[in-house]
Amino acid sequence: MKPGEVAIVAGFTDEQLSVKLMEMGCLPGAAVRFNFAAPFGDPICISVSGYELSLRLEEAATISILN
Amino acid sequence: MSKAPSSKIALVGNPNAGKSSLFNHLTGLNQKVGNFPGVTVEKKSGTTTLLDGSVVEVVDLPGIYSIYPRSLDEKIVSEILLDHHSPNTPDKVVVVADATNLKRGLLLATQVIDMGLPTILVLNMMDLAIKAGISYDFTMLSKKLGIPVVALNARKGDGIDELKKLLATPAEKISKNIFHIWPEAKEAVNELRGSLGVDNDYEAYLFLEQPQSIGFLGKEKIAAVNRIREKHQFFPGKFQGAETIQRYGVIQDLLNSAILKSADDSWKSYSTKIDRILTHKVWGYLIFFSILLVVFQSIFAWAEAPMDFIDQTFGQIASYLTNVLPAGPLTSLLTDGVIPGIGGIVIFVPQIAILFAFISILEESGYMARVVFLMDKIMRKFGLNGKSVVPLMSGVACAIPAIMATRTIDNWKERIITIMVTPLMSCSARLPIFAILIALIVPEQTVLGVFNLQGLAFMGLYLLGFVAAIMSAYIMKLLIRVQERSYLIMELPTYRIPKWSNVGYTIVEKTKAFVLEAGKIILAISIILWGLGNYGPGDVMENAESVVRDQSSNLRLTEQAFQDRVAAYKLENSYAGIIGKTIEPVIKPLGYDWKIGIALLTSFAAREVFVSTITTIYSIGSVPEDEAITIKDRLAQEVNPDTGGPRYTPAVGISLLVFYTFAMQCMSTLAIVYRETRGWKWPAIQLLYMTVLAYVSAFAVFQFMS
Repeated sequence: MKPGEVAIVAGFTDEQLSVKLMEMGCLPGAAVRFNFAAPFGDPICISVSGYELSLRLEEAATISILN
Repeated sequence: MSKAPSSKIALVGNPNAGKSSLFNHLTGLNQKVGNFPGVTVEKKSGTTTLLDGSVVEVVDLPGIYSIYPRSLDEKIVSEILLDHHSPNTPDKVVVVADATNLKRGLLLATQVIDMGLPTILVLNMMDLAIKAGISYDFTMLSKKLGIPVVALNARKGDGIDELKKLLATPAEKISKNIFHIWPEAKEAVNELRGSLGVDNDYEAYLFLEQPQSIGFLGKEKIAAVNRIREKHQFFPGKFQGAETIQRYGVIQDLLNSAILKSADDSWKSYSTKIDRILTHKVWGYLIFFSILLVVFQSIFAWAEAPMDFIDQTFGQIASYLTNVLPAGPLTSLLTDGVIPGIGGIVIFVPQIAILFAFISILEESGYMARVVFLMDKIMRKFGLNGKSVVPLMSGVACAIPAIMATRTIDNWKERIITIMVTPLMSCSARLPIFAILIALIVPEQTVLGVFNLQGLAFMGLYLLGFVAAIMSAYIMKLLIRVQERSYLIMELPTYRIPKWSNVGYTIVEKTKAFVLEAGKIILAISIILWGLGNYGPGDVMENAESVVRDQSSNLRLTEQAFQDRVAAYKLENSYAGIIGKTIEPVIKPLGYDWKIGIALLTSFAAREVFVSTITTIYSIGSVPEDEAITIKDRLAQEVNPDTGGPRYTPAVGISLLVFYTFAMQCMSTLAIVYRETRGWKWPAIQLLYMTVLAYVSAFAVFQFMS
């Protein structure tokens, strides 16, 4: 994804992290927007269910998306 | 006023939902910070008076996103809410949710409701929600959840009276179940309820889900829970994801009927605009470092006057008491041990207050989360976390509150590393030592037209401490092996103007914590050191005056100078002096003699004691009439008998500077590390590695330079 793009959360590839992500409102079926990345490209800021979340690239990579 | 609280209210909510604003509003200055029994998690509690005059206790629990804990702070919440039969059990739970985005707050709210304690839902930040164009059907929300709902604006206090009215009504247990336990788990839950008599299904279910949070049950019952868990093959965490999805499904339905008008995100577009600048690859760092510079500048510039004032006041109290009280060991203990000890604690209060004022403003405004965001990648390379920035920053004032600030780091390894390296940041207690030694060995001159050489030396030492901290962190990252994952899933809150009263409460709270926590230890050590410095074997102390009189009979000393010599003689022959002489062979390779040895020893309680010890040992304690002899001049005159040259050569001076930059010369920090890591292992390792680092570096510097 590029900054500004929106996608739909399809599922997660990591069970442990998925629980945490879902608690924070990152649910399957929810729309996520990639807002911007930190200066060294990591971590990134996303918008999901009305919040701005920051997460590291490796954490973001566990979210599978539908375009 | 002193009415006993009639009931206990617990505040629960997401971080950033405005829980502490509500807490501050309810309790005002009737707050106290203690610990939950047996753990180091801070317990903030206070009292509030309801409209009918009754007093209730309010406990502010750590911010959480769900009832499933990940860190120590979070665990305390599930423990308190799960244990329905202890004196800590709240009579009512107030769940604070952010009205601008209710969905996530409701996840926690529905979990709390299911646990069966009487619950009230507070929709906080209602003003912002209205600004965002949201409106709720409160009656519907309350009906569907089965609990009272209050709209509130904790910053202004709107809605507080309504909440207080609700708090005064008798508590009713809720019997509503929002979440339905899976058929597969039902059997285990039923069996557990039968054997332990647990109040409701969800509570029993959580007993099975969270083996780490049921310590309050006692061994026997825990064993029973474990048996049932095993029998039904119930793995903790098995259904947690599914539970979250089910709850959010229910919440979505509920919100569909309770939200009359939903928000569009345009109200916070200003936040996105600010982020574009503050997280910019050039401006972001530039702004962050400018803020750091301003913070440090203020810590030193603004704190100077109050610190001087405190220093003088305690000096005056001590000399007043010396004159008023009859001479004797008790007076000496009071004026040379206890009062300077308390003074040594209070003197740091201005710096700590200023530091926490800044940190609290940065946190309240939402900027701190961006600092974490900016620094995470860099910090991670060194085994730290973006969240380590705050402790390292605070370490410049004092390592004690800095180490307490590491609790926000949920990864164990990153937290330990942060704790271990924070004391290498040059704290304010090192300042007086640096000041005196730099004045002694670095000439006062300007280089390159603008830079003051002594100022550069100061900066170099701060930099040296920082580099040592980062490098040690890197080495520890390689050495400590754990299978715990580190993550940084964190909310970036919308920027807001800080609420000044919250800043004020934070300052009071942190300063109080420092004075009480560190104070006890510094005071105790000061008294021990007073004993070591004032007593010696046999009757040397009693004979001190006559011995010195014999030695200096032809010197025609003033009474003052004579007394100073006696003091120096006493210190030399005290237990502290004996220890100093004993360790001389060990510190000789660093360029130090036994006099510096005594100072090293006494400064173990607090580094700045170095200066006062040096003053005593060179008998310059009190020569106000002879202004020419300042500490600096006296040190410059000190002769090294082995070489015939000055004792404080640049090599010795720099060796001492390096030693004090690296050495763990602070008992209070060790005590805090002990408390925070719950054992002697980490403080012992810390003491060892820092002492070795200090010794080896000082040795290398001295040998290389001389």
